[in-house]
Amino acid sequence: MRRLLRRLVVVAAVLCTASAAASDASAVPDTLAQRIAACTACHGEHGEGGDNGFNPRLAGKPAGYLVRQMQDFRRGLRHYDVMEYMVAPLTDEYMHEIAAYFAAQDVPYATHPVPSTTPAAMARGEQLATRGDPARGVPACMACHGTALTGVEPDIPGLVGLPYDYVSAQLGSWRTNTRSTVEPDCMATVVGRLTDADISAVSAWLAQRPVPADVHAAPAGSVTPPLRCGVLGASR
Amino acid sequence: MKTLLRAIAALSLFFSVSLALADDAVERGRYLATAGDCAACHTSRNGAPYAGGRVLGTPFGAIPAPNLTPDHATGIGAWHADDFYRAMHSGVGHDGTSLYPVFPFTSYTKVTRADTDAIFAYLRSLPAVKAPAIDNTLRWPYRMRSMMAAWRVLFFDEGEFRPDPKRSAAWNRGAYLVEGLGHCNECHTRRDSFGAPVTDPLVTGGIVPVQNWYAPDLSMARHGGLEGWTEADVVALLKTGRSQKGTAFGPMADVVLRSTQHMTDADLAAMATYLASLPERAPPKPRESAVDARELAQRGAKVYAARCATCHADDGRGKGDAYPPLDGNGSVTDPTGINAIRMVLSGGFAPATPGNPRPYSMPPFSQTLDDDDAAAVVTYIRQAWSNKAASVSPGDVRAYRSTPGT
Repeated sequence: MRRLLRRLVVVAAVLCTASAAASDASAVPDTLAQRIAACTACHGEHGEGGDNGFNPRLAGKPAGYLVRQMQDFRRGLRHYDVMEYMVAPLTDEYMHEIAAYFAAQDVPYATHPVPSTTPAAMARGEQLATRGDPARGVPACMACHGTALTGVEPDIPGLVGLPYDYVSAQLGSWRTNTRSTVEPDCMATVVGRLTDADISAVSAWLAQRPVPADVHAAPAGSVTPPLRCGVLGASR
Repeated sequence: MKTLLRAIAALSLFFSVSLALADDAVERGRYLATAGDCAACHTSRNGAPYAGGRVLGTPFGAIPAPNLTPDHATGIGAWHADDFYRAMHSGVGHDGTSLYPVFPFTSYTKVTRADTDAIFAYLRSLPAVKAPAIDNTLRWPYRMRSMMAAWRVLFFDEGEFRPDPKRSAAWNRGAYLVEGLGHCNECHTRRDSFGAPVTDPLVTGGIVPVQNWYAPDLSMARHGGLEGWTEADVVALLKTGRSQKGTAFGPMADVVLRSTQHMTDADLAAMATYLASLPERAPPKPRESAVDARELAQRGAKVYAARCATCHADDGRGKGDAYPPLDGNGSVTDPTGINAIRMVLSGGFAPATPGNPRPYSMPPFSQTLDDDDAAAVVTYIRQAWSNKAASVSPGDVRAYRSTPGT
């Protein structure tokens, strides 16, 4: 009887330790989502973007583009203190894994307020996005970002569902040299040919555009960029 | 004919041996340059390795690091090994003028001639990059290099490391790395108003100028900044960026990434052996907590339960390898509170290393916690469990709200 009791006690003790160990291990999920809490705190658990004009959506953006942005922040080509600090301790391998996570997320787009603008500005925005301004050497957004403006795999981001504040801030930061990338930096070339009014117009037109039913990036090779771009593999 | 063949064989043997020796020196130099973390300053963020250009902020103005590649006009192409030794050992540049102590010759003076020669051989083996020096922006009077003569008399003790025969080989190697090549004391100490690091005693902790992080005291004995750490914990932190006692963040994460993770286990163990021999420190002077510290901590307890406890646990012990403990963590209880404030506001990733390739991370709370709540939760973690550090104020939080520079 005493032996049985002793055995029971031992079994109970083992079970308790095992379950304590299990609960301790389960306390921290071994998932990428858990590991990248620093990213999702601002960009949303699925990379749906922050509730503001500053923390952009990452979900569904081509992985090559996302890796490039992290590398540009690390190399000081693209400037934003918080992101430069965040990516500094990461390796390229880890960046690829994080980028693949967000690229694979498929969540609905949020709608953003659009600033009121004049019909003339809207027409100018549409012209720049769809046809460009050949007289000033400005290619259409669609020439690179795809006719549906949903981006092109693996390196060109979509321009749909982005808030006005974000798009205009990015175009502005190319002009002030707080956003750049590997040479030849064709977005810097394009923005250099835009006026302030052009930046507002094209940002407003892009922001007011309804998100298309299929938001996935177009397949690789489906556009022939009119400029030589370092981000697309062109050399200087 | 046979003689000729023999001569050729002998000659080729001679050349391959001397080439192998030269390769050895270059390889040894590469390792030593990594251990000395030369690239941290002499490589700019988007620049060629060792081509300089990173601008180092100091309280006296900004000083760009020069080009160390063997370009003749803009690098060290015209230097001789003697010149390099003189720079490292005496803090004197190629043109005979005194170097500024942002270049840590105060520590490098302890590096042996054999090691400076190896580092020089390695630098000479790099591709030459044309990268002209950038002018410093030191303010008057600091830009007068002649002032350095007085500074040197007051603050510079020239001399190679002298091994202590009473200590083990490992201890001596560790001392050489910590005090000399690794130049740990350039950050882990206070600097006086002349920018001179306090050297007696060494590595007692201090605020890293301009970057504004607190580099902790490195004593593992009673009242030391690493009290309770084992030598294995020290090695783990230097090798992988994390340990059971704490995780490397801020400037130390950069040191792990560029330098210590690449060092041999024997060298890391030697550094730990040396640090373990550092004496106990005086008990911290009780810094009065603010009058409202109790209320602040009570408010902080609620913030902690809501925001922090999931990862760092109610008892502050952290969670396994993922999240470091806050109880007994010297970065939480540092005399200034800077590190805890910075971590709460900026969060971030532990350094990604082969030993921890997919690090966990902490969300930045700068956008979700106001100065009052951040001060409350930092005060709470500095005084909860076994921690007994002074409170921090909302004003302290405001002072360090900016994102740390990279």
